[in-house]
Amino acid sequence: MTREEIHAGVLECLESVVPELDPKSLEESVPFREQLDMDSMDALNFVVALDERLGVAVAESDYSKIATLESCVDYLVAALAVTEKRP
Amino acid sequence: MAEFRMPSLGADMVSGRLVEWFKQPGDTVARGDLIAEVDTDKGAIEIEVWTSGIVERLLVEPGTKVPVGTVLAIIREGVVTEPTATAPPPAPAVRIRASPLARKLAAELGVDLASVKGSGPGGEVVRQDVEALRGGAGPRQPPAEAEERSVRLRRAIAAAMVRSKREIPHYYLATTVDVGPVMEWLRVANLSRPPAERLLPSAVFLKAVGLALREFPDLNAWWEGDRAVRRPDVHIGVAISIRNGGLVTPALHRVDRRTLAEVMHGLQDLVARAREGGLRSSELTDATVTVTNLGERGVDAVTPVIYPPQVAIVGFGRIVERPWVVQGKVLVRPVVTATLAADHRASDGHLGGLFLARIERLLEEPEKL
Repeated sequence: MTREEIHAGVLECLESVVPELDPKSLEESVPFREQLDMDSMDALNFVVALDERLGVAVAESDYSKIATLESCVDYLVAALAVTEKRP
Repeated sequence: MAEFRMPSLGADMVSGRLVEWFKQPGDTVARGDLIAEVDTDKGAIEIEVWTSGIVERLLVEPGTKVPVGTVLAIIREGVVTEPTATAPPPAPAVRIRASPLARKLAAELGVDLASVKGSGPGGEVVRQDVEALRGGAGPRQPPAEAEERSVRLRRAIAAAMVRSKREIPHYYLATTVDVGPVMEWLRVANLSRPPAERLLPSAVFLKAVGLALREFPDLNAWWEGDRAVRRPDVHIGVAISIRNGGLVTPALHRVDRRTLAEVMHGLQDLVARAREGGLRSSELTDATVTVTNLGERGVDAVTPVIYPPQVAIVGFGRIVERPWVVQGKVLVRPVVTATLAADHRASDGHLGGLFLARIERLLEEPEKL
């Protein structure tokens, strides 16, 4: 899975929890929970969606590492052992 | 013959629009079965029937808006309550678990719900599943309709809160609880659980409130006329914020008798249905107390307003680390402020204080919840 595919997958997972999400207005480095007014149930549902769609069960102790779009994608890239291909 | 009427799902509800019948003439219904879906200020609600029998006639067409109390159907009573030795039990009608939004969208798109794999709680088909099948985001609720819904929901909340503040002499108490044991217990319990089975502190708080209420039945009561009447079961109304504004407080039934995992699953299911649609009529009318967890939104403590005819509401603030004195030493501990607003006509502060202390003691030993 490429970084772009993971990025798209994370957005899909977020959208499953926050249906009115506008991906264009989402800031990459601001925590989701602040930006999208998510409560702990939303956050858990997001983690469940990541597990179901991308096959990564994020440990509770790692929740702080997936708080923003940028860090979440980084974390999943590492977890899925994807080599980043940059020009 | 029994008449099935448009129920009142709150003192402020004057009418509802029948969306769909789940039963047809000739179908058997048992007490507690879902018989119809009704569109109200609080969203699409699935209505339960409290008579057992056979549906004789349906009197109102889907799409019709009728006042509360209007007869919607006639049910021939008692026919199915007497089991006979010869006749096999009627096969239960196979009803696909699907949220009202999913059902509506499926009907619009001509999708057979039976062919959709549900990803919601308990395999329920939710909107996204239907959308995924047709490949692409489906039509959202038209903005005007959503706006009108939110105006009506605001009005319903206003009516309940004005009545509460006008009629109920509230008293307020607060206690700050060390939730170190809860957080540690949850951390260990969740280590081995897949995400879908993890527990949240909210489930622990709800269970603790449920158990404490069993010992303080005067707080698990409804104010009726000039006195408080204790309720036989503990049904906790859970304050759930709706994304485009407003709040609903559907009941999680018999919280005191469920395991923690069951409370958690029930809570997930309730939050999903509050936001997707699909709450049941009983859930909107039979809460015996309410719990609000505004700590989720970052506040330290909440001073809540009682939802009539209930006589108490419990609030939890955010879980935050604070310097805390334990056996003469200052330690950093996660703490939460639990508050109680109660009806002074029904109880006194002394009782309320004992109740909060009981919750605190229960939270000291989460493994026993």
